Amino acid sequence: MSLDVSAPRKPPSARTILLILGALTLLVMIGFMTIGANGRWDFVLPFRGAKLAAIVLVAYAVAVSTILFQTVTNNRILTPSIMGFDALYILIQTVMVFVLGANRVLVIDPRWLFLGEVVVMVVFSGILYRWIFAGERRSLHLLLLVGVVFGILFRSITSFLQRIIDPNEFLVLQDRMFASFNSADANLLAVSAVLIGLASLAGWRILHTLDVLALGRDTAINLGVDHRRTVSIILVIVAVLVSVSTALVGPVTFFGLLVASLAYQLIPSHQHRLILPAAVCLAILCVVGGQLVLERVFGFNSALSIIIEFVGGLVFLTLLLRGATR
Amino acid sequence: MIEINDVQKAYGDAIVVKGVSLALPKGGITSIIGPNGAGKSTLLSMISRLLPMDRGRVLVDGLDVTTTKSDVLAKRLSILRQDNHMTARLTVRDLVAFGRYPYSHDRPTVEDRAHVEKALGFLDLEPLADRFLDELSGGQRQRAFVAMVLCQDTDYALFDEPLNNLDMRHASAMMRLLRRAADEFGKTVVLVLHDINFASCYSDHIVAMRAGEVAFQGTPEAVMRKEVLTGIFETEIDIHDIEDRRIAVFY
Repeated sequence: MSLDVSAPRKPPSARTILLILGALTLLVMIGFMTIGANGRWDFVLPFRGAKLAAIVLVAYAVAVSTILFQTVTNNRILTPSIMGFDALYILIQTVMVFVLGANRVLVIDPRWLFLGEVVVMVVFSGILYRWIFAGERRSLHLLLLVGVVFGILFRSITSFLQRIIDPNEFLVLQDRMFASFNSADANLLAVSAVLIGLASLAGWRILHTLDVLALGRDTAINLGVDHRRTVSIILVIVAVLVSVSTALVGPVTFFGLLVASLAYQLIPSHQHRLILPAAVCLAILCVVGGQLVLERVFGFNSALSIIIEFVGGLVFLTLLLRGATR
Repeated sequence: MIEINDVQKAYGDAIVVKGVSLALPKGGITSIIGPNGAGKSTLLSMISRLLPMDRGRVLVDGLDVTTTKSDVLAKRLSILRQDNHMTARLTVRDLVAFGRYPYSHDRPTVEDRAHVEKALGFLDLEPLADRFLDELSGGQRQRAFVAMVLCQDTDYALFDEPLNNLDMRHASAMMRLLRRAADEFGKTVVLVLHDINFASCYSDHIVAMRAGEVAFQGTPEAVMRKEVLTGIFETEIDIHDIEDRRIAVFY
């Protein structure tokens, strides 16, 4: 939103930073597609293209969902994954396998299964998190605690179900539960892209209210924002985005926090139309660039998610210790 | 006119506002005073739709605050609460410009910009206009938020303890400014005040609350009396007339 009246002063720098980020992202993506390709191009390009598409979708989903969530909750520490959103998604997946049985789950078209899971996810997280966030402002520490408790609860139920499940069915599940940017589920790419597109469309229409929401609940209501409704819409968008990223690569706890914090640091503006694209670029840079360096330069495999989580975890601790928790 | 009709609010078993009915006149400054926990801020939050009420209703110029769309009300009534925590990094001018959001959303007009500059000037904020809020003192931030509310240019402006964090000079400047807003621009200003002497010197109408109920209301002359105030605050208060002003002494 451009309620910014000081046009000559700030935006150029924010825009320039965004432009540089965009260019870097593009470069890294081209590098990812071409560096070290010693095979036939008609094999390499589609193979890497699918991988890249998955990474871009996940990066987008994680970055946008984190920033939307932080704006709604008016803090910069909590993220959907810290609040247990992705644990909830995995619980839903487990319950589905448990109730339906792996055979039936394997028979169902994965795209339909995925859509079904997303719907359940939206309904449940909608009820649960709206109850927490739409009302009066609550203390951040309480929310953090609620998130931790929810996360543990969801994970415990999940692991309990997995223990009493048939071992063969467990294999089906396990396959889906570890974060790996390498083995993103290609079947789901198209559906994911459509879902992300729809969520973004919904988000686009309320883009200008996001800047107002960031002023806090009271000020937002004073300025005429229908707070409850807007928060509900945003939480639905977040639920869809988290479902997509979790379905594609599994849970990543601190990745969103990492890119969101970097974006706030880099962009000297409060405007979401600048912060959001910056965070998306940073997320793509992190994963694609990281993958490029690890895979092609060092020859490692699939250690990237660990490194990202490590750095993200450090950021989380730093933020907590620096007392940004008010 | 703001009509408050049998409004009640309870947190668990504790009833903080007990079926208050009140008519706040249009125009001028109305101050709500009372001891801690009297329900002043809660009442103000319910009038301004920040807090849902358990019972009763509030009409602002005939508009029911619970059912009227929030963006319609935002052009009629503005509210500033005590602590305004935010995570976004904003300059003073950015914040004040948000006051125009109800009118033009993300497309500020030339007129909006003029409003912003006027509000900045009104509160002596020009030298600070391009500073970030987190670089300011509590009082400077407070003034920036008041500027935003004035920039919103609503008929009714509600403030919950606007003098918080302000030193003597800025506190009296703030009250003079609100007086001007009421006299020159015909705004209706409703304040929750802790300092009863500010209420006495600058208000047209004072509402005194105690234990969730309206204990007394009237002109400053009627309220600023020893027996009235002593009953409300449960402490010895002497009233002196100093240069046509009624000043309470309670130290």
